[in-house]
Amino acid sequence: MTLNQIAFIVLSCLALFGAVGVVFFNTPVRSAMALVVNFFTLGLVYFMLGSELIGITQIMVYAGAIMVLFLFVIMILKSTNDTDKPQLGERRFIFSLLGAGVVFTMIYRYVIMPTMERTNVQFTRTYGTPQEIGKTLFTQYAWPFEIVSMLLLVGIVGSIMLAKRRF
Amino acid sequence: MIPILTHLPFAAVFDEIPLGWFLTLSLVMFTLGAVGVVVRRNPVVVFMCIELMLNAVNLTFLAFAAYPTQMVALSNPGEAAITGQMVVIFVMAIAAAEVAVGLGIIMAIFRLRNEADVDDMNTMRG
Repeated sequence: MTLNQIAFIVLSCLALFGAVGVVFFNTPVRSAMALVVNFFTLGLVYFMLGSELIGITQIMVYAGAIMVLFLFVIMILKSTNDTDKPQLGERRFIFSLLGAGVVFTMIYRYVIMPTMERTNVQFTRTYGTPQEIGKTLFTQYAWPFEIVSMLLLVGIVGSIMLAKRRF
Repeated sequence: MIPILTHLPFAAVFDEIPLGWFLTLSLVMFTLGAVGVVVRRNPVVVFMCIELMLNAVNLTFLAFAAYPTQMVALSNPGEAAITGQMVVIFVMAIAAAEVAVGLGIIMAIFRLRNEADVDDMNTMRG
């Protein structure tokens, strides 16, 4: 057990706690808090992978902005179903767990098992810096960048139209 | 110019942690998100589970970007790393737009029917 492995195991346990909490907590506010935990620790995992800019963006965009949006909507919506708890004996619960288990085992066996041995990679870790990402984003990916900006504009206008009092 | 993490003990992470660990974390998160989408009835929580699945996919992209395996073009691993990160950036932008529009739709439905339960939203059923 090296320090890196311990750090990864601690982070992934926190992230899995968050993920389980999103699915199985009773009230939406608790689910949102668990989702904040998941997003934050996932940002730290991105740091471990060397993607520094994306880790910071993850913490700012997901754990900050998107969660504020979720909490606003939870606050505005009347909490109608506090008893929205997954019933353990329910039919769709059992079948979804069965399907998820089958998919999980197959992907784990045939995709992930071959990647479990240690790779000995010698690799520059400069690919996650803002400099590299900005250079690529504004040269090679400039056209998708513009399309995404148009998409965000349409999203702003559309959500305002949807959330207006009368339409 | 100098990446921050080379000065931390995380620097040797690729030698000590196999790629499969990251993929396993991502797979477990994706499965939990899928189960949550099926099981939960509150539409806001369903959206949270969709976000969980999107983040799991992001983690997969970043893991495959960081580890140059046989599946990635080995001739130019830097190209693979940058491409994975670009995909993650675009997924983040699209997820933000999706959340804004989706929560707007949930608000509109709630205002129209004064309740928000996924099982009861069947008015468009033919």
